[in-house]
Amino acid sequence: MKSIEELKAIRDKTLKEMSIRDNEDKVRIVVGMATCGIAAGAKPVMSAFIDELNKRNINNVSVSMTGCIGICRLEPVAEVFDSSGEKTTYVKLDAEKARRIVAEHIVNQKVVTEFTVGAAER
Amino acid sequence: MVYRSHVLICNGTGCTASKAPEIMARLEKALAEKGIEKEVKIVKTGCFGLCEKGPIMVVYPEGATYCHVTPDKVEEIVNEHLVKGRIVKDLLLGDKDAEDVAKSLDNVAFFSRQFRIALRNCGVINPEVIDEYIAKDGYAALAKALTEMTPQQVIDEIKKSNLRGRGGGGFPTGLKWQFAADQVNDQKYVCCNADEGDPGAFMDRSILEGDPHTLIEAMAIAGYAIGSNQGYIYVRAEYPIAVQRLQIAINQAREYGLLGKNIFGTDFSFDLDIRLGAGAFVCGEETALMTSIEGHRGEPRTRPPFPAVKGLWGKPTILNNVESYANIPVILLKGADWFNNIGTEKSKGTKVFAIGGKINNTGLVEIPMGTTLREVVYDIGGGIPKGKKFKAAQTGGPSGGCIPADYIDTPIDYDNLIKLGSMMGSGGMIIMDEDNCMVDIAKFFLEFTVDESCGKCPPCRIGTKRMYEILDRITNGKGEEGDIEKLELLAESIKQGALCGLGQTAPNPVLSTLRYFRDEYEAHVKEHRCPAGVCKAMLKYTIIADKCKGCSLCSKKCPVGAISGEIKKPYLIDQSKCIKCGVCMEVCKFAAIEKK
Repeated sequence: MKSIEELKAIRDKTLKEMSIRDNEDKVRIVVGMATCGIAAGAKPVMSAFIDELNKRNINNVSVSMTGCIGICRLEPVAEVFDSSGEKTTYVKLDAEKARRIVAEHIVNQKVVTEFTVGAAER
Repeated sequence: MVYRSHVLICNGTGCTASKAPEIMARLEKALAEKGIEKEVKIVKTGCFGLCEKGPIMVVYPEGATYCHVTPDKVEEIVNEHLVKGRIVKDLLLGDKDAEDVAKSLDNVAFFSRQFRIALRNCGVINPEVIDEYIAKDGYAALAKALTEMTPQQVIDEIKKSNLRGRGGGGFPTGLKWQFAADQVNDQKYVCCNADEGDPGAFMDRSILEGDPHTLIEAMAIAGYAIGSNQGYIYVRAEYPIAVQRLQIAINQAREYGLLGKNIFGTDFSFDLDIRLGAGAFVCGEETALMTSIEGHRGEPRTRPPFPAVKGLWGKPTILNNVESYANIPVILLKGADWFNNIGTEKSKGTKVFAIGGKINNTGLVEIPMGTTLREVVYDIGGGIPKGKKFKAAQTGGPSGGCIPADYIDTPIDYDNLIKLGSMMGSGGMIIMDEDNCMVDIAKFFLEFTVDESCGKCPPCRIGTKRMYEILDRITNGKGEEGDIEKLELLAESIKQGALCGLGQTAPNPVLSTLRYFRDEYEAHVKEHRCPAGVCKAMLKYTIIADKCKGCSLCSKKCPVGAISGEIKKPYLIDQSKCIKCGVCMEVCKFAAIEKK
């Protein structure tokens, strides 16, 4: 270790990997991963969320799984909880849509209305 | 590599003993079977502190804390939680009905009342991965000291923080460093006392196992402050996991150049070595410890000269305890003023206690100085099992004393404990309830010091033995008039005459129990009676004829055939045969047996 910059680089890199263990109020993306969700393709959706967040260096968003929320016909389903607790439910997702949600909802704070449960049910 | 979930498993000594390694192996296997081994990261950590509930497993991002995990439960956790995303509520710690289980760890009183400085990384990082320590601002304090501060500024900051030694005496750490820094010598040493020998204390072990890098960083800082290039960690060989992790950590630090020559490109060089102690209590005494590092038999010598003037191999040496060191990096990073805001007027910061004995949440807790004993016992410790009454708490191990129930609202700090005739010591805290006999407790601790006396000075070698013999006599119902006075005379003489801290403090458990529970001693000596019903020689089991239904159960269970009688008529215990094992009392369904 010859410089503080070196130390900082290791710190920042590892901190990013460990951010998953922070339990502070932050945005949560919860993907439905019950049998219905997995069968409909929830797994690539989840991977896409994780991958996209990582690519964009976003550390304050956690991705976790949940069971079936009861609208199996609209799976894969994911819900985004803002730090204020506000919930948005996205349905019939795929990997591409997941990436757009990260880009628009997470980064630009704009709900992707066309993917929400409201739009699908209309 | 990005994982969607991190599973933290405690690998402290406690959880390791209750099968944590097997749980890890089963987890790896189960993840592989489900094909999710690339999505879930297994992280081996140090002690979470809640040893009573171990093995502990925490699953992130939910933060679900599972307790009493067994190898057989691993598959359920994998199938339910990691595959389906359903938290296994039955295994959760704390409020099982809480809606927001994600935060259950912080919601448990055991954790929420704590304030973690020394234990900040225990159970949070993987102790065998230096990068995780660095991520938690590790080695930043060393970098700050080396590049922004002069050695004197480092010492001034520690002095200003009012940090006092966490190993026993409570001597101001900054002052100790100053003494050593003021010495002019071509060679100085930095030593760490990790020879934790108090029965029931295991905070140093936990730090070594859970966060070994904090010790390395702090010792390097100390080296810079006093002008030393070599440190020694004296750790007892009975801590194999701690020794192993410490060695891994030292190797990693050397590889990163955080130990060795020209650290951070400055002209400061420092290296560390481990010395194993063979497990003698006296080697926790500073002069004996240094004698042992030098390769001699661990015996103390007179002070002065103090180690800061003439220590290891006759060179100026500082010796601090593991927990004291663990505070140093945080103080340098956050500042002495921040540290001064925590604690009481004369005791700043926090203290780690190992709580054990008659308490529900056995484990390790770090609390701000000034927390009352009541909070420790009832809020954090979860109270006394079976709703029994709190009688006293022993602090400071065999060198300390007890705090009786009357003083349960005393804020715990260095000075209050001394006033009560006890001491902080290393932080072992043994809780006793109404079923504990105080004379027996004093005898237990004295037996320990008799065993551990190094034999160099007669007051300790012979005096404690004589005291033990008197206590043994008293607890066997053969106490004589004048025994208590003899104990007091011996205790005072040993205190004044013994060479080192071990001997000088050895009578404390007796003096302290005499101070608060003299009536128990008198009952033993004068009435040959043990009020708590512990000392077997004075107990008598009898059958209450009115309550006995003559079922013969006790007679069948008695291991020595001391109970006889006729079915449906009251039975009798033959006192000459009875070995006072208490089995009859346990099995009797009619509460017809009494113990007096």
